[in-house]
Amino acid sequence: MSTALQEPEIKETPNYLNAEYGWKSWLFTTDHKRIAVLYLISISIMFALGGVFAGLIRMELLTPEGDLFNSDTYNKIFTMHGVVMIFFFLIPSIPATFGNFFLPMMVGAKDLAFPRINLLSWYIYVVGGLFGLAAILMGGVDTGWTFYTPFSTTYSNTFVITAASAAFIAGFSSILTGLNFIVTVHKMRAPGMTWGRLPLFVWANYATALIQVLGTPVVAITLALVGLERAFHIGIFDPAIGGDPILFQHMFWFYSHPAVYIMILPGMGVISELVTCFSRKGVFGYSFIAGSSLGIAIIGFLVWGHHMFVTGMSMYAGLYFSLLTMLVAVPSAIKVFNWTATMFRGSISYETPMLYAFGFIGLFTIGGLTGLFLGTLGTDVHLTDTYFVVAHFHYVMVGGMVVAYMGALHFWWPKITGKMYPEGWGKFSALLVFVGFNLTFFPQFILGYLGMPRRYHAYAPEFQVLNVMSTAGATVLGVGFLIPLIYLLWSLKYGKAAGNNPWGAKGLEWTTQSPPTTFNFDETPIVTEEAYAYAKHQEEAHVG
Amino acid sequence: MQLPLWPEAASAIAVDVDHLYIYMSLVSIVMSLLIFFVIFVFAIKYRRRSDDEVPQPIHGSLRLEITWSVIPFLVMLTFFWWGAKIYFYNAVPPPNAMDVYVVGKQWMWKLQYPGGQREINELHVPIGRPVKLTLASEDVIHSFFIPALRIKHDVVPGHYDTMWFTPDKPGRYHLFCAEYCGTEHSGMVGWVTVMQPADYENWLAGGGSSGTMAQQGERLFEQLGCSSCHLLDRQGRGPILRGVFGSRVQLAGGQTVMADDAYIRESILNPNAKLVAGYKPNVMPSFQGQITEEGILQLVVYIKSLAITNAPGAPTAVLHPGPAVQPVAAAQTLSAVRSADQLNGGTK
Repeated sequence: MSTALQEPEIKETPNYLNAEYGWKSWLFTTDHKRIAVLYLISISIMFALGGVFAGLIRMELLTPEGDLFNSDTYNKIFTMHGVVMIFFFLIPSIPATFGNFFLPMMVGAKDLAFPRINLLSWYIYVVGGLFGLAAILMGGVDTGWTFYTPFSTTYSNTFVITAASAAFIAGFSSILTGLNFIVTVHKMRAPGMTWGRLPLFVWANYATALIQVLGTPVVAITLALVGLERAFHIGIFDPAIGGDPILFQHMFWFYSHPAVYIMILPGMGVISELVTCFSRKGVFGYSFIAGSSLGIAIIGFLVWGHHMFVTGMSMYAGLYFSLLTMLVAVPSAIKVFNWTATMFRGSISYETPMLYAFGFIGLFTIGGLTGLFLGTLGTDVHLTDTYFVVAHFHYVMVGGMVVAYMGALHFWWPKITGKMYPEGWGKFSALLVFVGFNLTFFPQFILGYLGMPRRYHAYAPEFQVLNVMSTAGATVLGVGFLIPLIYLLWSLKYGKAAGNNPWGAKGLEWTTQSPPTTFNFDETPIVTEEAYAYAKHQEEAHVG
Repeated sequence: MQLPLWPEAASAIAVDVDHLYIYMSLVSIVMSLLIFFVIFVFAIKYRRRSDDEVPQPIHGSLRLEITWSVIPFLVMLTFFWWGAKIYFYNAVPPPNAMDVYVVGKQWMWKLQYPGGQREINELHVPIGRPVKLTLASEDVIHSFFIPALRIKHDVVPGHYDTMWFTPDKPGRYHLFCAEYCGTEHSGMVGWVTVMQPADYENWLAGGGSSGTMAQQGERLFEQLGCSSCHLLDRQGRGPILRGVFGSRVQLAGGQTVMADDAYIRESILNPNAKLVAGYKPNVMPSFQGQITEEGILQLVVYIKSLAITNAPGAPTAVLHPGPAVQPVAAAQTLSAVRSADQLNGGTK
């Protein structure tokens, strides 16, 4: 391992960024790292777009009257916020960027198993994204991201088929990424990289990949049926032509509940990496953290009915889904406890990525515990379809996943770009994200228990104060996301050279130069130790 | 400036839900604070003091893993058990509940009482008596949500759903549509007025009349020509409907089915679906698209009334055969064909 390459001339050394130049070398690349960068740029654009929609929602909700937009426009805005954020940011986010970049390096491989399929997945994502943009530009869609029937198939007068096609197409990109990860983990591990030595980020992405491959086809079928009913009036979901709208909900949530775990599992993988690195200590309960990822992936397929407790389904089915929902909470709790135990007698430092990890554990704990209120039958009847649900899933999706994503971005940015960002600004914006997030979404728990329904363009006047707090928080949160955009771009040109291993982290990706060369490793690494073996090779802990 | 932090509770079950919610909140707060406290202490106590310290790993502890899996799960089981009890209690209306019929349509709630009274976006109920709502949708999925009672139920087209409650505190409470249903979803709101029984009787007695719900159903039965085949005192082309409701009906396929609200509705809209033994298919036309959900509910109430009365044309299965009240919209008994009439019912 070279340790002295921190001089400015690092630019001269060949790496995956300067190996080739020109737009063709990017658009036709099969290098997993370049594809990861393409994904990083694309999903950042989508995140910004979804964020603009979020801002518009919060502006409208400053006042109880629906005065900024008309109802139809508001309905389109929250629908596009959901569609863009879920299908084009949250689902691909960590797997397609950091998974794509680091999963092969972490297992000691030169690339993913199917580099061209990897590139194909990005093109499919882009085509899906263009369909999404087309739906917005043509006039939008107003069904909510859930596309509930028969509203979506018969009653909506907006561009449902275009928007559903966008989600349908993007799904194939997700399937291909998952497939690539599964094969890579099975077949491409370096000598000595046994299953028990895989970094926990790899385990998390592997579990995610299983859901992507097994679950996504179901939502593809469901969305196709919506299209068929809407275009050709084939009666599947609309009772007026012989269908059943509840059937749609079963099919939709059979995918979309596991999809929640597609969104959060990779984030949990990131946190496992961050907590060990910044505690400089082997992980506590490796096999329980890895196993809980698989447990979540499996049980996650069996709980979809908890979205449907008030639809009139059998109360015995409600019993079953409620009980299994309690069960699926256990593996998540196991992870939180093991991360905490990892810090015990560690050597904890507080760089920006670790601040995001602290934020994740806190916010995800609240998000997970409030999920129990929705899995419990008696409370769900009151809380479902209110702002309590909105608050709960934003605690998991933003407080959990987006915070993990920001942590991952700050953790691996030096490896991806070879540059350091300004640490002070990093810490400051991490704090802004944490404060702004809580101010935005905590009041929504109270609003939900008070009974404010979600997707309301206008609301009862007594809910205003809490909504104003929420909008104020969203403003802070927005600034918290803008600052990193600025200093990360700034660091590309002006940032200090990062060196190979600025955090003194373990893992094969840190044994390469920053940025890595096209084939990652000069020689295939041979793995002789378990993951996070910080206590061995003490002399290397000084690196950086 | 209003800043409510806790919703009003207008029924015993609402208070029960509150207790469960408070219990779960306390457990969650204790749990979170415990985790945050431990992390805080670790972060301070084990902060990096010199750059070359390398702590020894601790690989794990099976005993700890089992402890922090099993204990939380047992606590969660108490949530599950208490929540299931409330859910089951809410699922089965008591037999003595008074009926109110609710039709959701874009974007209003239309309610009708057995006595024939109609309302839009308003529900009046007395304290101390169980109220059973039968929910139908004219178009998309809606959801009938009364926060002060801590209950909601989706209103699904093609299904009859029921919900029930016993309010115990007079007042005016929000009624919301909780399932996104299109343009004016957030305008599909109204009020539930819970009254003292005497006030309720007065309220029922006011206003004009177009007969009880069963009488309206009977008129519809004539107008749609049902009565030409379904004779009341002798065999016609269709089955005699007297005494049918609430009985088990022998079907052509050999099975039997309980003649309840949902069965009557299905037989009107799709007569061949569950054909009575001894009758030919395709004799009765489908009334799909020919009659509103409100009309179907009136027919159901009429047929229900035939189960317990003898004199034809004098259904008495109504609690308060008083005149209808609150004529908020031009109440048409027969608004044929699903139409967008009354959209501006003037009750917002």
